[in-house]
Amino acid sequence: MRFFLYLSDFIIPVTILFIVVFGCLKKINIYDAFIEGAVDGLKTVVDILPTLIGLMVAVAVLRSSGFLAFLTEMLRPLVALTGFPAEVIPLSLMRLVSSSAATGLLMDLFTTYGPDSFIGRIASVMMSCTETVFYTMSVYFTAVKITKTRFTLAGALAANAAGILAAYYITVFLFGRQ
Amino acid sequence: MLNFIWVFCMLLGIVFALITGEMAAVSDGILSAGKDAVNLALTMAGVVATWSGIMKIAEKGGMISVLSDKLYPLLHILFPAISKKSKAMQYISANFIANFLGLGWAATPAGILAMKELQKYNTKKDTASNAICMFMIVNMSSLQLVTINIIAYRQQYGSANPGEIIGPGIVATLISTLIGVLAGKLLERWWKH
Repeated sequence: MRFFLYLSDFIIPVTILFIVVFGCLKKINIYDAFIEGAVDGLKTVVDILPTLIGLMVAVAVLRSSGFLAFLTEMLRPLVALTGFPAEVIPLSLMRLVSSSAATGLLMDLFTTYGPDSFIGRIASVMMSCTETVFYTMSVYFTAVKITKTRFTLAGALAANAAGILAAYYITVFLFGRQ
Repeated sequence: MLNFIWVFCMLLGIVFALITGEMAAVSDGILSAGKDAVNLALTMAGVVATWSGIMKIAEKGGMISVLSDKLYPLLHILFPAISKKSKAMQYISANFIANFLGLGWAATPAGILAMKELQKYNTKKDTASNAICMFMIVNMSSLQLVTINIIAYRQQYGSANPGEIIGPGIVATLISTLIGVLAGKLLERWWKH
């Protein structure tokens, strides 16, 4: 356990070390390459900023209007039939639109039920196997000016739904319902 | 698609707030969301520029192409239309590897470069090709093997064994990616380009 947290301190510096040493061996001008890449990176961020603003405003409207809470209440009886804990639904929905909002909800669940509870475990596993679909889609597609995304959303939602169900069944299977 | 989602979110939220009387909260939400987005972009600008720079070194030094060759047998199944030595394949590899390692900030620049390269193969520029759809789906199916931040949060909240979700997390991640790939392969047959 400690090993993984320790390892996480190493990932970024060691990755960079490898890349720089590899570049030295190939005798390229490393600093020039870095600057060239950094310029591209900055341009990308400027390009996607309007999308970011648009998306975050839309999510804020949905959340602050109370619609997401309402949707959770509507889904609660339906979801209760399957045995999936309704408390995790807001997190499942929020996870698709905003990583930071989802993290906030995860903290709430940890505070209320504890990280080692049934709900805490499902939430932890779920956060590990799902992604912020809408955010990623808008950033990537805006960057290349694609407006017709075809089956991207359907495929991504299928993958994330599978992740949520897998998180639920694996948790029940390994740890039981407490 | 995004046009539809955006309009839908805005209308739904505002009309809903009108009914429930949450207009003040929505008003606040709109004003602070714009500010939050700019703050986020400022943070992003620093980190993305740094990683794009590092990525450029890896690309010019040939490291990305070495890793890309190793991943090729797997990637060829996902992207049959993209050739082995192409830049697109290299950036896709870089994006996937950064995702495996949980380097989200490093994954985004590589991912956007991959999209720009994939776009060169695309015949209808405003419409996603099969390769682009598949790349996006796999990217969004979650690839990260060990979610360090979740483990750290669990520790912070007093878990007796914060790391116990690593195994289940990896299995669930494999399942979500597998289902994403299968869904993508099935959908590309029916969805006309």
